[in-house]
Amino acid sequence: MKSSDKTPRKVIPIAAAAPEPSAEGELVSLYEAQKKIYPRSISGFFARWRWVMVFLTQFVFYGLPWLEWGQRQMVLFDLGARRFYIFGLVLYPQDFIYLTGLLIISALSLFLFTAVAGRLWCGFACPQTVYTEIFMWIEHKIEGDRSARLRLDAGPWTFEKIRKKFLKQTVWVAVSLWTGFTFVGYFVPIRELGPELLAFAGTWQIFWVFFYSLATYGNAGFLREQVCKYMCPYARFQSAMFDRDTLIVTYDETRGEPRGPRVKTVDYKAKGLGECIDCTLCVQVCPVGIDIRKGLQYECIGCGLCVDACNTVMDKMHYPRGLIRYSTQNGVLHRWSQSQILRHVLRPRVLIYTAVLVALCVGMLASLTTRTPLKVDIVRDRAALSRIVAGGKLENVYRLQIMNATEAAQRYRITASGLDGMEVASEQEVDIGAAESRWVAVRLQIPYGSAAPGSHAIHFDISALESGGKVTEKSIFLVPR
Amino acid sequence: MSDFTSNFWSVFVTTLTLVGIIACGILLWMAGRKKVMATAENTTGHVWDEDLVEMNNPLPRWWVWLFVITIIFGLGYLAAYPGLGTFTGKLNWTQKGEYEAEMAKAKTEIEPLYARFASMKPEDVAVDPQAHAIGERLFMNNCAQCHGSDARGSKGFPNLADADWLHGGTPEKIRETLEKGRIGNMPPMAAAVGSPEDVRNLSHYVLSLSGSPHDSLRASLGKTKFVACAACHGNDGKGNQALGAPNLTDDIWLHGWGEAAITAMINNGKVNQMPAQADKLTEAQIGVLASYVWGLSNKPAAAR
Repeated sequence: MKSSDKTPRKVIPIAAAAPEPSAEGELVSLYEAQKKIYPRSISGFFARWRWVMVFLTQFVFYGLPWLEWGQRQMVLFDLGARRFYIFGLVLYPQDFIYLTGLLIISALSLFLFTAVAGRLWCGFACPQTVYTEIFMWIEHKIEGDRSARLRLDAGPWTFEKIRKKFLKQTVWVAVSLWTGFTFVGYFVPIRELGPELLAFAGTWQIFWVFFYSLATYGNAGFLREQVCKYMCPYARFQSAMFDRDTLIVTYDETRGEPRGPRVKTVDYKAKGLGECIDCTLCVQVCPVGIDIRKGLQYECIGCGLCVDACNTVMDKMHYPRGLIRYSTQNGVLHRWSQSQILRHVLRPRVLIYTAVLVALCVGMLASLTTRTPLKVDIVRDRAALSRIVAGGKLENVYRLQIMNATEAAQRYRITASGLDGMEVASEQEVDIGAAESRWVAVRLQIPYGSAAPGSHAIHFDISALESGGKVTEKSIFLVPR
Repeated sequence: MSDFTSNFWSVFVTTLTLVGIIACGILLWMAGRKKVMATAENTTGHVWDEDLVEMNNPLPRWWVWLFVITIIFGLGYLAAYPGLGTFTGKLNWTQKGEYEAEMAKAKTEIEPLYARFASMKPEDVAVDPQAHAIGERLFMNNCAQCHGSDARGSKGFPNLADADWLHGGTPEKIRETLEKGRIGNMPPMAAAVGSPEDVRNLSHYVLSLSGSPHDSLRASLGKTKFVACAACHGNDGKGNQALGAPNLTDDIWLHGWGEAAITAMINNGKVNQMPAQADKLTEAQIGVLASYVWGLSNKPAAAR
């Protein structure tokens, strides 16, 4: 704030706050025109944390596809070959259950974080807000801060304006293209993707790179808070996870009201004023364009920038910090101290979320670490039920799909048991290449007449000879009447 | 379909669809122009269940464009693809056409994979590991339904892994079988053989050819009746691959073993068919598959 403390502070007009409720009796359209938001940049505790999260998430997102693991990309979802490589793991489509587990863990984490501290995800980690922040930073660097941008947009199309707009769009497009390229690089080996695109090979790769670039450009450059307000379901069902002990960005109404301008030398209390000087900085910094002083709103993404803005003003006014702060509804109401608020974090809802989440994480990790890198599907031949073959034997034929989930060629031994004298008449050892799967025909024989007519439960044991590990699968053996 | 007799339903569907789309457009246009009186508490004035009020929150204006896009897309789609009654659409798209285009594309895509095998001798293709893997997959998808996953067949479906061949076991003959299919025809022979008793005797003679358990008295009586069979199966009963007549001396019984099964075959005959694959598989695929099948009963030391 550049305004002098002595004179009544200069209010920078608010261009876009929340849509003001229309005055009674006024005719309004059924549709609302999008009002462009010009957030003012601010520094402070939360602004710093937002940037830390931007760097963390984007470092991982942009960097991960470039890392190698042995002879291949460390994280690669090869949709064409239907193999999913994550660090040392080779997953088959049959491992989809792990994705389900991951999604459940993500959902529960969201529930937990939301119950404890509101929309942490929205404010600090969601790609929508993260990319919006990156795009806004570019905008800020090129076109200047809020007031400069307001002036620029209102002004005529001078050479300078065209230059700035062109530069901004160029940088935006570059960031978008790189983002689209990186995203596709998770599904196609990224080191081959670049030369491929330059040679105009791979129509679908080109399509998806442009598709995700366009999505990034449109969402982070233009739609921004509109996505959060109108498209994202999370804002709408967060009330199911909130309670009165959830940490949210709150405005301390009893302390702040009645708000109003003041001269620093005059005792505001004598004039009946609260501590809010109505500088509207909290509104100007808000990326979704709301006035936090109206209380909790579904648009609020919980980024805390208004907290930073208000604290800088409070410091200047020599008032205590925290007129706008992270607190709970109960905390504000009962004027609880920090420790009292923290004590209410441990409530049944939070404990249950935590317990389920920990159980799921442990279960998933245990399942992943103890997993046998071998899968077998058994399909009994349907056309021929059973047949009598030379040597007085009764024979059934099976197809075994053996899936090698290791990155080395393996030799597997097939054995079967469940009936007296049952043996594998076909080749008992099969070789399967690294991360390959193969259908193998297997013949099982029993001595004729050694089992009653009908269906008999049997099982196959497939064991990896070099790497160890065994899989047992059930099937049936049919004996004719 | 009633399309044969009248085009009523075509007109009905077309009219309903177009009127529906136009109505959506008009509704959108009217809603865009409409203005409502704002109230201080921003509600529509509707209240249910005592305190449930309907808020008057406006839709973002850009959202309207999504509606417009769906209308434009819908009209464009209906113009290009079949959807309006019997109108086939400007692109003349059909499921059949799409299927054929995809199959043609797949054929050109897999062609280079097979190019290497075209110039190789079938016997060499059989021991090539890559060709073996391809052949195995082709067999599993196209042949295993009848001949079994292990190619050892079952009653009525020949075993392809033994040395007994109905129509010849050279790669060329196997290839011919795959391309054109085969029809094995055993005519009913009861009338030519004689009385039912003669047929029984003949059955025992046939059993005796392979050294299977039989009544030697009946067999010796039946021997003279074998002239009726000799035309196809040969005087010695060793069959004739040019006719597809099976060898009766090798103790391999495609349609069942024993007196009852052989008597039934003589009395009733049988027509057994191997369907032609030339329409389903490409020439190159059939070549690889023929070599794979040949390799099942001709295993050189290298393949093991």
